[in-house]
Amino acid sequence: MTGTPIVALTDAEKHFGAVRALDGVSLSISSGECIGLVGHNGAGKSTLVNLVNGGLSPSAGAVSFPASGESRALNAGVRSVFQELSLCPNLTVAENLRISHSDLKGFGWRTRARVEIAQSLDLVFPNHGIDPDMAVDQLTIAERQMVEIAIGFAPRGTEARLVILDEPTSSLDAGIALQLLTHIKDFCAKGGAVLFISHMMGEIFDVASTIVVMKDGKVVASRPTPDFTRTSLVEAMGHVAGPEAETATTASAEFGADILHSQTGLTASKGEIVGLAGLAGHGQAETLARLYFEHTSSWRAGKASGMVFVAGDRGRDGILPLWSILQNLSVSVLPQIARRGFVDRTAETRIAADWKTRIGIRTDDVANNILSLSGGNQQKVLFARALASTAPVVVMDDPMRGVDVGTKQDVYAMIRAEAAKGRTFLWYSTETEEVCQCDRVFVFRDGQISAELTDKDITEERILQASFEMQEVGA
Amino acid sequence: MTRLFARHRILLPVLSLAILLAATFYMQPRAMSYFGVNLLFNLAVPIALATVAQMMIIMVNDIDLSLGAFVSLVACVTATFLHDTPVLGVLILAGLIAAYAALGVMIHRFNLPAIVVTLGMSFVWGGLALTILPSPGGSAPPWIRSLMTVKPPLVPMAVVAAVLIAAVTHVLIIRTGIGTVLRGVGGNAASVSRAGWPVLRLKALAYALAGFFGVLAGVALVGLTTSADANIALRYTLLSIAGVILGGGEFTGGKVSPVGAVIGALTLALAASFLSFLRLSPDWQIGAQGAILILVLTARLIFTRRDEQQG
Repeated sequence: MTGTPIVALTDAEKHFGAVRALDGVSLSISSGECIGLVGHNGAGKSTLVNLVNGGLSPSAGAVSFPASGESRALNAGVRSVFQELSLCPNLTVAENLRISHSDLKGFGWRTRARVEIAQSLDLVFPNHGIDPDMAVDQLTIAERQMVEIAIGFAPRGTEARLVILDEPTSSLDAGIALQLLTHIKDFCAKGGAVLFISHMMGEIFDVASTIVVMKDGKVVASRPTPDFTRTSLVEAMGHVAGPEAETATTASAEFGADILHSQTGLTASKGEIVGLAGLAGHGQAETLARLYFEHTSSWRAGKASGMVFVAGDRGRDGILPLWSILQNLSVSVLPQIARRGFVDRTAETRIAADWKTRIGIRTDDVANNILSLSGGNQQKVLFARALASTAPVVVMDDPMRGVDVGTKQDVYAMIRAEAAKGRTFLWYSTETEEVCQCDRVFVFRDGQISAELTDKDITEERILQASFEMQEVGA
Repeated sequence: MTRLFARHRILLPVLSLAILLAATFYMQPRAMSYFGVNLLFNLAVPIALATVAQMMIIMVNDIDLSLGAFVSLVACVTATFLHDTPVLGVLILAGLIAAYAALGVMIHRFNLPAIVVTLGMSFVWGGLALTILPSPGGSAPPWIRSLMTVKPPLVPMAVVAAVLIAAVTHVLIIRTGIGTVLRGVGGNAASVSRAGWPVLRLKALAYALAGFFGVLAGVALVGLTTSADANIALRYTLLSIAGVILGGGEFTGGKVSPVGAVIGALTLALAASFLSFLRLSPDWQIGAQGAILILVLTARLIFTRRDEQQG
């Protein structure tokens, strides 16, 4: 069935500033193929997908569509089904088909849209029970995902040649997922092609004809599926960190009783560093946010709250961009140092000067605006803000995003020192290297804890295993 | 019952209008006549047009705080230029529609908050209106005057006009393909743009439609009042927003209903008359209107919440 590829990438690169999201990838997909794409967070999967579907253009190298001779992905019959639901929730199922099918016009387009989407749904998901006239916001999440997949496979005037499915089964139950996998095999047998991204290993092995493994913006392995075993696949994805010797600095200390329990099963004791790992977007940030809001009041500030939060998304929920470094740092301790409701400026200055030296904020004057600092130093201010308070629990939502290596080492040391003094840290990180610094690690998958690791079990391999679904399809 | 109201959002506005109408007729049985109904509703026609204009903006997730000033400006142009030099008048009105489209382009292109841009524009429109008509005056072109005072058989003009406005905008926004895509911009602009649509042009179109219906509102208003004033329609800004929401629309997410918007405008106009019939002092009327608005919105919120809980 192979011949002219539907899409061909040659040495494609994509840079975002200094970050090389994609570092010279060559890949071609021909009709009849189903490519299974796997890789850890930030391996470059979504950048690759966006190059193929035309959402981004490459910084270097080329993306071409030889089979159709078209230059635009849409015209070449490349369709994408995105992980983050991309339907218009206010429109009906049939109207959503109209959005991606601009040739549906003229009198009676509604009837034609209804017929086309119903046919496509029937083909992929027999007995789906979805009414094309239902508004999308009245469907369940699984039904929305089904509609989105059906729109991806619908003919839409031409025909679908390559369908990109990014985690399509994450919100589908096993039976429906099986229908989809059956359809994918059918579709490929009839000359279509599929690019399939999933964290469910069973599905990848079941459906893919070739598995492509990505790591750090590069394709590190690309072989026919039978050449892989589960172990060799996980091995191919892993091994990012070089020397693993320095990870555990202390022998497993004895911790006191649990001081924290969450409904999801997260526990932590005094002086412990607890890591939250797993693929990005599997509920870690939500769990931390829920925990934080449950333990703090939005009404009473109190002299000393029990928890502080270190934001990872600095721009969104970290810095106060119009304030100085000093004000950004001291905002968490203002109630404690206030005298009769007025800010004690000398105490504020003392605290800022103290933390400037302790955490090494690179500035000649803390009265400068916070934006005069580099990203890493801004993050240090946020750490100082949290550590300056007396709160016994520190919640960190992927705080090392965009922070340079030197700063990271400083902060690791600081966290260890504070933990030794009896503070508890809850640390969500997408980087395995950081998770390995923790005393206990909870791995999240699909919004739930899939594994709890301690001591020597905290290895990249174990975390990867728990992040990816290892079960067979339908099992 | 809960599900019925939550799934068919148009039922609640219809019911509110029916209840209010029944109460009005109960208070003042003489209003139940051809002449009475026309009197109750004829000022609702420009409000309905302005509400539809506001709906076009809310449909694409923006809000227009300059609509009242804009309708006032159109009224001033209608009572002067359109009356004295019709060709120039039409050109000015067309220019105003183009200005609205340009506003849409600017807001989308530079990612500006519509609430700020339109608030600023309201002073521009207001200033222009004052320049054209420093003191109340002007006169309505005769053809508009006769159009707005026409007496169709059986049903009064106000009702015919309301039905017509609702029908035309329903077809335009709900039934046609381009209307569907426009609502899609409000629902999920990223997905519309990913499907290959020029969102900038769609936004400009939505704003141009708003400008068009704003112009119609101003012209219709002058047809009823026979003269204009630079402040004649300032309260339309809030009335139009209230009308859209009352009619089942949402501030975000592209959830709008043209039929609902027209019904919402009628309800607001009727509420004022109803409160007069209650002999409520005019000082309290605006507050009472607000209370009616809150009442209807609370009812809607309760229905949708309950429906979500039941799943």
